[in-house]
Amino acid sequence: MNRETPPWLWTLLLALAIALPLVLHARGQDYYISMISRMMIYGIAACSLNLILGFGGLVSFGHAAFVGIGAYAVGIMITEGVTSGWLNFAVAMGVSALAAAVIGAISLRTRGVYFIMITLAFAQMIYYLVNSIKAYGGDEGLNIKSRSNFGMGLDLKNDLTFYFVVLLVLVLTLVIISRMMKSRFGRVILAIRDDDTRVDAIGFPAYTYKWVLFIIAGTLGGLAGALMVNHQNYVSPNLMHWTQSGTLMIMVILGGVGTLSGGLWGALVLLILEDLIAEYTVYWQFYIGWFLLAVVLLAPRGLSSLFNRPKKLETKANA
Amino acid sequence: MLEQALNGLQFGLMLFLLASGLTLVFGIMDMINLAHGALYMVGAFLAAWLVQLTQSFLSGVLLAVGLTAVVGMLLEATLLRTLYARDHLSQVLATFALILIINDSVRMIWGSDLALSAPQALSGPVQLLPGLLYPSYRLVIIAVGLAIALLLFVLVTRTRMGAWVRAGASNREMAMAMGINIKVLFTGVFGLGAALCAVAGAMLGPLLAVQVGMGENILILAFVVIVIGGIGSVWGAFVGAILVGFVDTMGRTLLPHLFREIFSPQFASAAGPAVASILVYVLMAVVLFVRPQGLFSGRS
Repeated sequence: MNRETPPWLWTLLLALAIALPLVLHARGQDYYISMISRMMIYGIAACSLNLILGFGGLVSFGHAAFVGIGAYAVGIMITEGVTSGWLNFAVAMGVSALAAAVIGAISLRTRGVYFIMITLAFAQMIYYLVNSIKAYGGDEGLNIKSRSNFGMGLDLKNDLTFYFVVLLVLVLTLVIISRMMKSRFGRVILAIRDDDTRVDAIGFPAYTYKWVLFIIAGTLGGLAGALMVNHQNYVSPNLMHWTQSGTLMIMVILGGVGTLSGGLWGALVLLILEDLIAEYTVYWQFYIGWFLLAVVLLAPRGLSSLFNRPKKLETKANA
Repeated sequence: MLEQALNGLQFGLMLFLLASGLTLVFGIMDMINLAHGALYMVGAFLAAWLVQLTQSFLSGVLLAVGLTAVVGMLLEATLLRTLYARDHLSQVLATFALILIINDSVRMIWGSDLALSAPQALSGPVQLLPGLLYPSYRLVIIAVGLAIALLLFVLVTRTRMGAWVRAGASNREMAMAMGINIKVLFTGVFGLGAALCAVAGAMLGPLLAVQVGMGENILILAFVVIVIGGIGSVWGAFVGAILVGFVDTMGRTLLPHLFREIFSPQFASAAGPAVASILVYVLMAVVLFVRPQGLFSGRS
C-alpha cells in the first residue's frame, strides 16, 4: 500500500478544502463552490465503486444503478413532501442497500466476465424500469422543488452549507473505508481478491464476505446519489445509463484501482479536465478519449503511479 | 401476430450480425470490446453518406461495409492488439475511450445525424398471405440476415479459416502451438466483425435513426446475446440473437395484452411496457444463474 496519500498531505488537503469555499464565497464566486461539491460527490461514488472493484477485485459494471436508486429515493420522497434530510438519506441508503443485497446475492455466484455482464444486466433492468415510471417523470426525469433539510440550520438550499455537508460525508466515507480495510474484515477481503478458494478453505465464507462488501459499496453509492439529486435539483434515468457506470469505472482506474482515495482523485481529474476542455470546444469528449487512451497505454496502474513509483515490482497477485 | 414474429426474426438477425463479431473477439482474445457498437454507428453513417453520394443504395452499402472493415482492421492493428494481454479493466477503459473519440469524430465529420431511407423500390408493403401485408424492406433485411448467417456458418464450420477460428476460440495457446498465425487471423476476424456491424448499421439505418450514440444501447443487447449464447460460439450467438429478438419484440406487444387480462387497466398500462423492456435482461440473468457458461459454450 505504498501508493496511498500520506497523512500530512491529507491534513493539508482538508485545511484547503475548508478554506477554499470561504475564500470563494467572500469573492462572490459561489459558482465554483457548487462545482467542487459536484466533484466531491462523484468522488464519493467512485470511492464506493473502488471498494468492490479495487479491494474486492470484482469488476462491477452496474454501479450507477445504486447511485441512481439513492437519487430517485430522495427525489420521490421530496416530490411527496418529505424533506427531512435524515429520513431522506436514511431511506436512500436503505433502499440501495436492499437493491445491492438482492443484486449481489445473485451476481456473486458468477465470476469473471460473467460477473461484469450480470451486474450490467441488473443495472439495465433498473434503468428501463425507472424509464417507464411515468408518475415520477419517466424518461424525462424528475425535478425536485426543494432540497433535503437536516434541521438545526443545516438546509442544503444554501450552497455553502451544502458544500460542507458533502465534505463531511466525503471525509466520513474515506475514514470508514480506511478503517474497514485495515480491520479483519478488510484483510479477509484482500485475501479473497487474491485467492478466494484458499480463503474458503481456511474457514472464512468468501461468498458472504463479498456479499457484505457489495452491500456496503452499494449503500455508499446510494449516499452519493442522495447528495447528487440535491445538488442538481433533478434526477433522470440517464444517471443510471451504462455509460455512467463506465464513467465511474474510469474515475477509479484513472485515480488508482484498490487505493483508498483513488476514486476521489480520478473524479477530480476527469471532471476538471471535462470542464476545462468544454470551455474551448464542444468536442471535449474527443480529447478526453485520447487522454484516457494515453493513460491506459502509458500509466496502466492509474495516474497516481506516475507520481509515486512502487518500491517493489508488483505482480498481478499482490497488485 | 405473425407480423410481430417476423419483426422479431428481423431484429434478431440484425442482432446476430453484431453479436457474431463480438463473440469471436471475446471468445478468441478474451477481450471486452465496448467499441463494437461504435463500428456499427460508423457503418451506418458511412452508408448514409455513400448512398447519398453514389445515388444507389446497394453500392453505397457495399462501399460502407468495405470501408468499415478497413477501419476495424486498422483499429485492431494499431491499438486493440496491444490490449489482448491486459486485464478486463484496461480493455473497458481503452474501448470506452474509443467510443468517446469515435462519437465525436463522427460528429465533427457528419454532424449528429444523417438521413438514410430505404430504396424506393422497397418502400411499399407486400402481401405475404391473404390479409397479411408486410413491408418489403423488412423482408429484404430478413433475407440478407439469413444469407449472411448461412455464409458465416459455412465459413466457420466448413472452411480452413473457420477451423482456425474455432481452434482459437476453444484454446488459444494450443492453436498457436499448432502453427496458426493468430495475429493475422485475428485482424481478419476483426475486419469481418466490423463488416458485419456495418451491414447491420446500414440495414437498420432506415428503420431506426442514423445518429451518434446509436451503438451504445444495441451494444449492450449484443452482449446479452453472446452471454446467453455462450462466449465464442457463433451458433450460440445465432440462437441467442433470435431468442432475444423474439422475446423483446413479442414481449412488447404481448405483455401489455396479457397484463390487461389479469390486472386492472391502470396497472397493466403502467407495468406492461416496463416489464417488457427488462424481459431480455431477466432472461440473461436466469441463463447466467442456471448455466453460467451460456447455452452453447465455445470454450473447451
